[in-house]
This record gives sequence, C-alpha cells and structure tokens, in this order.
Amino acid sequence: MSALSYDPEIAEIRFGCGLSPSVAPPAGRQAMLDGLTGPDEMAAAFPIETFPEFRARMVEASENFREIRKRRGTPEVQPFRKRRNLINKAAREAMVGWQAQTFLRWTRTAQPMHERLAFFWADHFTAVGKNGVLRRGTSPYVEAAIRPNMTGSFADLLIAATISPLMLHYLDQGISIGPESPRARKGGRRGLNENLAREVLELHTLGVDGPYGQEDVRQLAELFTGLTYNPRNGFTFRKDFAEPGPETVLGVTYGGDPARLEPVLEALRALALHPATARHIAAKLAVHFVADAPDPALVDHLAGRFADTGGQLMAVYEALLEHPAAWAEPLGNAKPPADFIASACRALDVPPDTLQSLEERAARRMFFWPLGQMGQPWQSPSGPDGWPEEDADWITPQGVAARMRWAMQMPQRLCAPRGLPHPESFVQAALGSRAPGPVRFAASAAESRSEAIGLVLASPAFQRR
Amino acid sequence: MTYRLDRRSFLARSAALGCSLAASPLLTPVSFAAAPWDARLVVIILRGGMDGLDVVQPYGDPGFAAARAAWPSGPESGAADLDGFFALHPGLAPLLPLWRAEELGFVHAVSTPYRDKRSHFDGQDMLEAGTASLAGVRDGWLNRLLQAVPGVETSTAYAIGREDMRLLSGSAPVANWLPGIDLEMSPQARRLALLVMESDPAFHAALNEAMMILDGEQAVAEAGAMSAEEEAEAGMQMGMVSAGANAAHRRIADFAAEQLRGASRIAAFSINGWDTHRAQERGLSTPLGRLSDTILTLRARMGAEVWDKTAVLAMTEFGRTVRPNGTGGTDHGTGGLMLMAGGAVRGGRVHGRWPGLDEADLYQRRDLMPTADLRVQAAWAMRGLTGLDRATLERAVFPGIEMGGDPGLLR
Repeated sequence: MSALSYDPEIAEIRFGCGLSPSVAPPAGRQAMLDGLTGPDEMAAAFPIETFPEFRARMVEASENFREIRKRRGTPEVQPFRKRRNLINKAAREAMVGWQAQTFLRWTRTAQPMHERLAFFWADHFTAVGKNGVLRRGTSPYVEAAIRPNMTGSFADLLIAATISPLMLHYLDQGISIGPESPRARKGGRRGLNENLAREVLELHTLGVDGPYGQEDVRQLAELFTGLTYNPRNGFTFRKDFAEPGPETVLGVTYGGDPARLEPVLEALRALALHPATARHIAAKLAVHFVADAPDPALVDHLAGRFADTGGQLMAVYEALLEHPAAWAEPLGNAKPPADFIASACRALDVPPDTLQSLEERAARRMFFWPLGQMGQPWQSPSGPDGWPEEDADWITPQGVAARMRWAMQMPQRLCAPRGLPHPESFVQAALGSRAPGPVRFAASAAESRSEAIGLVLASPAFQRR
Repeated sequence: MTYRLDRRSFLARSAALGCSLAASPLLTPVSFAAAPWDARLVVIILRGGMDGLDVVQPYGDPGFAAARAAWPSGPESGAADLDGFFALHPGLAPLLPLWRAEELGFVHAVSTPYRDKRSHFDGQDMLEAGTASLAGVRDGWLNRLLQAVPGVETSTAYAIGREDMRLLSGSAPVANWLPGIDLEMSPQARRLALLVMESDPAFHAALNEAMMILDGEQAVAEAGAMSAEEEAEAGMQMGMVSAGANAAHRRIADFAAEQLRGASRIAAFSINGWDTHRAQERGLSTPLGRLSDTILTLRARMGAEVWDKTAVLAMTEFGRTVRPNGTGGTDHGTGGLMLMAGGAVRGGRVHGRWPGLDEADLYQRRDLMPTADLRVQAAWAMRGLTGLDRATLERAVFPGIEMGGDPGLLR
C-alpha cells in the first residue's frame, strides 16, 4: 500500500468503533481490510437471529391470526388473543437482546470497521417492519441481507436488500400486483404500488439527482411485480403477480413473457453499475466516514474505483483507506446517538453479562428512551432515507442535553458492580493521545466519579470522529 | 454545514454580551423583551405527503366519485359536509366546532414549485426552503422572516421536537427544543461541561441553549401561567382531545402553547405518518387524529386571548395521486391541501381555485393540478400577522414570488 502514514487512533475513531481499553486498534490498513473479509467473529460471539429464523415467528403469528379470524366475535377467541400478545412480547424481548448483542459487538470487536459498515449499509438500505412481529425484524434483516454481502459487489448487496422480505414489506412491494397480471384479472382490487421502485432509484442507486423520471419509476414498478414473500418461505417470485410484457427502464428493455425473476435482477445489476450510482455511493461513504463536506478529490477517487471495478466494494473501501483526505484532521463528524452509546460501551469496556442480563424495562431506561431523546429512536427512522448525516442534525440543544444526561447517569449502571474506571485513566482510554487539556482538567476537577466520566463522554472529543 | 447557523450566531451574540462562560457559568433565563409583533404563527409540517383529496373531499366533483369509487367518501360515508361541495374526513371530526366558529379553514390545490420527481425528501426541503430551486439555499423561509424583523430574540421562535425543522434554520436566532428532557447537574458539573465544550462552537452553543431553555422553563411557566378561570376552561376544552397526555405530539403542542403565551411568536414542528401507500382508509386516521389533537391542545392551552390572534398553518410536501394505487393507497402526487386554524384565520370556508378532476384537468394525467403557490398563501398570512411589507416577502422571505391579490386567508 502507499507510503501514507498510518495512525491507529484515527483508524479506530474514524473508521472503527472508538478506542477501547482492552482491544487494540487494527495494526494497519491491510489489517483493517483483512478484518472485513475474514470470518464474522462478532456475529459468532454475539449471535443475533437471522431472518430465516425470525420467519418462524411470522409463521406462528400468521397461523394464530388465522385462528383469531375464525373465532372473531366468539368467546373462544380469547386464548388466541392472549397468545398473539405473547408472540409479540417474545419478539419485543428478543429485540431488546439483539440491541445488547449489537452494542457488545461494538464493545468487543477487533475488526471495528466491519461494525461501522454494517450500520452504514443497514441505513442505506433502511427497512423497518410496520406491524406485528415484523416491527422487530430489522436486526434479523441486517443479519441476513446486509452483513454477509458487504464485501462483494454492490449489485449483490443491492439485490439481497431489495428482495429481502422486510424491504418488500416496508416499501409495499410484496402486495404490488400488475394491473394486467393473471392475479389482477382474477378479481380483487389490488394492483400496482410504486413505492419500492421509486426508492430504489432515488435512495438505493442513482440518487435523487440521477437521470430518471416518473415513467422510469412506473416501468420499474411494473418490472418489480412478482417480487413478494410469505412467512413460510421468505422471498418468492410470483409469476401470477407479474405485469405481462417487457418494461423499459432508463432506455433499456427488460423481460417479457413469461415473467421471470432474472430480468428484474438484470435491471438491478444495471442500476448498480450506473455511473450515477457510483457517484451516489462514493459521496455517501465519504460523508459518512470523513466529513459532511468531504474533499471532492476523495469522492472522485471512490467513484472512479467503483466504476473501474464494477462496484466491487472491497476495492472501494481500499480506495477510501488509501486516500490522504480520508485521514485528514480534525475529526469532525458527530457520532449519531446509537454510535455514541455503542462507542461509550466500548470505552467503558462494559462486560457482556451486564448487557445480556438487562431486562426489557431496564433496557428501555438505559437505551431506548435516551436514544429517542437524542433524536434516534432505535431502528425507527421516520422514512426510507434513514438517519441524517449532517452534524447539525445531531448537535441540537435537546440532543446534546440528552447525551449529557445519559453520559452522567448510565455509565455507573453499566459498570456495576466493578465500578466506574478511574477518571484520569478513562480520559486516556477513551480519547487517547488526542485528549484535550480541558477534558483532562474536567475529569480531575469533577466532584464525583460519575460526573467525571460523564464529562469525558459528553466532550466533543468523544462525540466527534 | 449550511444550516443551523442559528446557534453559531447565537453564540456570537452571547459572546458580544460579554458572557464569558469559562469565567462565569451564570446563564440568564430566556428574556422577555417586547416581541416584534403580537400575533402568533404556528407552522406544522405534515411529512410524508398528505392526501388532501381524502382530507377535504371534493365530493361535488363528478371526477372525484369516478376516481375514488372504491373508497367510502362524501357525506354518505360519514364525512361531514362542509359547503355542499367539500366534505371533511371523519378523522378531523373533532375540529368541526372550530369550522363552525370559522376558526378552521383550508386552501385546496396548493403546492410548492417542486415538480415531477416526487421525492419526499427534496419535496420537504423545498417546502422548508421556500425557494424555486434547492441550489445554493442556506436557510428556511421562516428564518428569513425573522431576519427581516428587528428585535428578534432567541425565544421569539421555537423549533420543537425531534425532527430537524429546516424552515427555521438560518442566521436569525431560534430556539430548538424537545419537551420532556431534563438535565440535573451540579453547578460544578455545569461549569466543567461548558469548559469541555468551549473549543467546539456548535456543541458549546447547543449546550448553552439547552441550559438556558431548562432554566427558562420555570420562568416561562410563571409568566405564561393561566388564571384559575382559564385553567377551568382549558380543562373543559381538553376533554375534546383523544390522546393520552403523554403522547409525544401532545407534549409538543403543550410546550408550544406555553411558549406562545409568553414571549414567543412563532412555533414550528412536524407531524409525520402521511405516506399512505397502502390501506389508506385505516392509515390516514392516525395522523389525522394527531393533527386534530394538536390543534385542540394548542387552542385549549393557549387560552382564548392568545388563540384569538393565532394562525396555525399545516402544510405538506405534496399531495397524492387522484386515483388510488393497486394496494388500497395512493402514490406521490403534486397538488395538495393546506389547513389553517386559529382565531386569526378566516375559517369556515375552503379557499383556493378548484381545478377539477377530469382527466384533462389533472397534472400529468395523474395528480391534482396545483392552482396556487403555497408560498404565496404563507406570505399573505405572514403579511397579515406581522405587518411585513410585500417587497420583503417577495424578495427576501420567498425570493421570486409574486403575491398578486390578497387571497383573504386572515380575518
């Protein structure tokens, strides 16, 4: 690799999960990249249900729902109502556990860029369940569709996300039916829905300034008909949902009769390789990892590598890590709230038991409510564009007050019974050689240990990366 | 970045006042200087694209029945007849007393200049920028209003809630808050917190503002306190509100009303959940419930005197397709609906020019044709509320608009 010098602290803070007192930063750029392609150690150490397993919950819920429907209006419905509540409760409690596992991955990983990319791509391909047990499906979706596909081609990642049941549900594709399809002609009032097609063009590939129009949205929506899922089998392509005839997207004609899945994938591959997609993804990566207004040369470099390699993501990550602008100081990006809390767990070296044994109510107080107050309710962005990247969206009076409050109150619970670390050594552990003088001073001058730790975590030096 | 200059300029202002924070942690509560004008303006951004055709249903237009035959609509299906042509969605039925009191009205078939790509996010950015294009926009229109008026304080305008309110971002000072946060810290911890933030203007200003708002909350509560008689009246009116007192939108409306009883003149916040791509019949009732709760809470908590000089404007990034899609919902469209409420508005009528719903009348044969610029409506409302001159509104607040004749939205 180039002669560009390597700073392990910047590597860990900007491209990783923040400094840890017990896990050393990656040894060099190559180690950072190797960490992405090696076995997913954190997924093995802190497992989270993947979507195929999660589907068992959907099957159970839908079977129970059938029983409820049969007995609606009779007293016999009661036990099934109760059962529905239990199924939902179990999923909710499982989700609390997955959040703990997610934070533990951040706390313990020696391949920290892996966790960062998982957050980045989960956000780029935002998918949220809208009802029943599906509301808890985000982590299983990330586990199945995102994490295993972050180091191949962008096309494969795009396809995996697009045809995942949670995405098909979230953006209403699963119920979109060609107006002239066999299913529509059989009767019923269901038909086309253009939600997913629009967001694939606008958010996932070309970007809103990309070269597409309403007719492309419509045509892609028609091409997408047939993509659906069911609880028992997950993704399926239903020919009888598909609009007959070919569709033309960005001037290229796909498919025809009989309807098949392959032309849909062809269209997705073409979108993945489009120059507008290369620029869109390059800019998003640069903004996410480096700065709100990154050096245009860095974006060009990433977009060029994306285009040259046909969207091979490892090559794009390598391009990111080898560019001097990616290592430029100051470390300016504000951590989003979830990243702030997860990196605080890492700096505090929170033991796995503490997080894994949290009961739902405690987890709500510790994480869910504070994340909401900081502006990022867990896995609940308000739209498919995911969370904002701009620092100013996070550094609000309410956001900063909520972070300050969390930093002062929660670490002592997270560190019980061992107790909070010594403030002065914590400054070093959390901020390394860049610890500013005023933060060192504040840590030594605070009246209590919890305030000292809180001040370190609330300091801009910890909150920016 | 380009927005949120508010806090930076706020910081500069504090520094100019000689408030050296390292030396003195004493922060003054929100002050009560005379506000630049007396009327109150609440702007609610309805994010997701509200289907105006379902909220105020043009049941008198034969094209409406033709397009939406499959859905229950009009007075026969429980919508309240407004004027023999339009009917109000049952989800807003709690607001009917306001309609009858002429404190609730609508402007139909309005839109921003945003066209064709139908992206929520660009559509909202354009709605909040108030410009004809997003290129080079640095601030929001409500902030530019504040920039044009002398005597604006941080507490004059509040952006409330979790959402970024870009329409209030810009160089004029603005307060941002999410009700329900507290921050108990020892005086020593406060001093040290400001010290660790000192070298970072954005963090420092945000924390400083949070502390001022929290310190000021008590003062505001005292200054804006209701008389016993008003409390009783408010309590009765709150009986109309359906949601629990702890619902987030209720807390926001409570907080906004409290500020507006005091020194504040503008409050802006969001209500989400309008993107009804499927099962709209069910899906629309939740956000409509929030909207009507919010308006009733504002009215009850402001008290009659303040409500009387208030205009609430609720606007959305675009309307939705005239014809339902294949999944019981509607897709992104163009022409939309603005809701107005308050004692200052001329309610009891549906304003605007109705374009008709025949195929040939539609925008791109799919959407309600916009017949008026939403920005012009907002400009006239602001002209009436603040007395700002037409030239400033046309050049600075909404650069490039032509206000034309007064649409008569205010009393």
